[in-house]
Amino acid sequence: MTRFLIQRFVQSLIILVLVSVIGFFVLNLAPGGPLSQFSLSPGMSQAELDRIAAQMGLDRPLPVQYLDWFGRLLGGDWGNSFRDGRPVLEVIGGHLPATLLLMGSSTLVSVVIGGWVGVLGAIRRYSVFDYLATIGAMIALSIPTFWFGLVAIYVFSLELGWLPAGNMYTIGDQSLSDYASHLVLPTLVLALVNVAIWSRYMRSSTLDVIGEDFVRTAQAKGLSDWRVLRDHVIRNALLPMITLAGLQLPTLLGGALVTETVFTWPGMGRLFLDSLGYNDYPVIMGILMFSAVLVLLGNLLADLLVAVVDPRIRIS
Amino acid sequence: MTTSHSVVLVADPSPPRNRVVRRFLRHRLALFGVVTLLLLVLACVVGPWLLPYDQLSIDIRKRFAPPFTGLHFFGTDPLGRDLAARLLMAGRVSLMVGFSAMLVSVALGATVGLVAGYLRGWVGATLMRIVDAFLAFPSVFLVLVLAAFTEPSPLAITLIIAATSWMEIARIVEAETRSLRERDFVLAARLLGSSHLRIIGRELLPNAIGPIIVAATLTVAQAILLEAYISFLGYGIQPPLPSWGNMLNSAQQYLGSAPWLAIVPGIAIALAVTSFNFVGDGLRDALDARSEER
Repeated sequence: MTRFLIQRFVQSLIILVLVSVIGFFVLNLAPGGPLSQFSLSPGMSQAELDRIAAQMGLDRPLPVQYLDWFGRLLGGDWGNSFRDGRPVLEVIGGHLPATLLLMGSSTLVSVVIGGWVGVLGAIRRYSVFDYLATIGAMIALSIPTFWFGLVAIYVFSLELGWLPAGNMYTIGDQSLSDYASHLVLPTLVLALVNVAIWSRYMRSSTLDVIGEDFVRTAQAKGLSDWRVLRDHVIRNALLPMITLAGLQLPTLLGGALVTETVFTWPGMGRLFLDSLGYNDYPVIMGILMFSAVLVLLGNLLADLLVAVVDPRIRIS
Repeated sequence: MTTSHSVVLVADPSPPRNRVVRRFLRHRLALFGVVTLLLLVLACVVGPWLLPYDQLSIDIRKRFAPPFTGLHFFGTDPLGRDLAARLLMAGRVSLMVGFSAMLVSVALGATVGLVAGYLRGWVGATLMRIVDAFLAFPSVFLVLVLAAFTEPSPLAITLIIAATSWMEIARIVEAETRSLRERDFVLAARLLGSSHLRIIGRELLPNAIGPIIVAATLTVAQAILLEAYISFLGYGIQPPLPSWGNMLNSAQQYLGSAPWLAIVPGIAIALAVTSFNFVGDGLRDALDARSEER
């Protein structure tokens, strides 16, 4: 098990380096590159720009610049926001909780609903329910998240007036129920795609387990259908879902960005879009790199968890 | 080759073409997808000529006309432009971007997958780690940054979408190539003295074409969605050139007074993407020899 984990850890480190290379390349694509903070402001002469470029070390060869940039990244110096001069990591940190709350609540919803839809679809394979769930999932995966958000706002906020159309809380009223009511629509909208994904994977995972010998053994022992399902089928079918949760992280983060935009949710995605509008390159690059690191960590964590939970890996 | 191999003839595992077609035709959702796509493409190509309105002709007196006002089948937008005309023009753009992005990403992904799967070793490992690195970025983030950093044009958007959606195909092709290269017909080709390039192009690629076609179909769906996302957020196709995504961008603020502005393009996107997904699903079942017994 330790060998497997060390292997995965080393692999993640290699991917992290490659991620940083891609990030550095993207950074240099920015109009003006790292110098844009100065070159965008009017009244800067070329001589002044050259001087600043030399000061910032931008006249050095690219590989040297890259190493310098990556080193500072590892050391926690991610630069300062063009907008308010605060350190990038601090700015991101301020918006992270809102995003994590949204991602967490919607993952909870999608795992519970998607998981059950998948299990029921598998044990009632080719039934009307299974068929509808399959088509429903395909359609859900084909609808843009933001469009579903717009329709949800139109129906539940504008027409019915049941739920707020945006923001995280009402100014002046920051009670728990106020937070909760603001959380409902974005959570459901973000969950839709993930319910579809989880139900598909849970269905095939359950189908794999149902055919296993230990399930037949459990049935032969005379356990009730429910006990077989709960203790033997679902528990084992959930194992691959841990890896899936890790793999789904980029999709979830991307979905959160779009959802936050529609619902003016003050999270990282909203910050990202605002920063794009202000050409705030350090924050843009910060969020891009931060989300990639988050994804790598998530995948590593998922592998670790599987190794701990799965006896087959634990023993070998 | 140090070990001697006896050449064993293996039956061609790929099902005969007519059986594939028959299985595909049995897949009702896939048929629905094909028919919908044909109609959609036909409407987008021919439609703008048949409609009485030009997509750019402004008529302020008729702004915000609801659907089925006179000959405005889908109503009009805040400038009084015919929504149906705009929708079909936008369809041309969105479908074109989605399809072209698919072509580029299939070319890129298949090349990387074939090379990585055939060569294996450190070249293959490095290529696949690069794939992993690209997959670590949420694609919406990466596409948005690239789109914001470059001059937005349909070509640039297409390339950007392709640059962030080739990895899945690379993975599929790599896995397929890995298993194919151990097969006897590849060995036979090598014994005949075929070059690496010839083995990849003449032996491996034709045999991996099934999974590639399936992945390509699903990639079109993803590309259309991605274009919609970034255009909706304002960094994709720029008005006055309409796309399904940027039509939704401008519809957002009139959600309460003119909901059809958001509903109509949304349905178009959903219809197109669902259809591509259904077709991809049907192709997968039809090309997969294992699905025979079901």
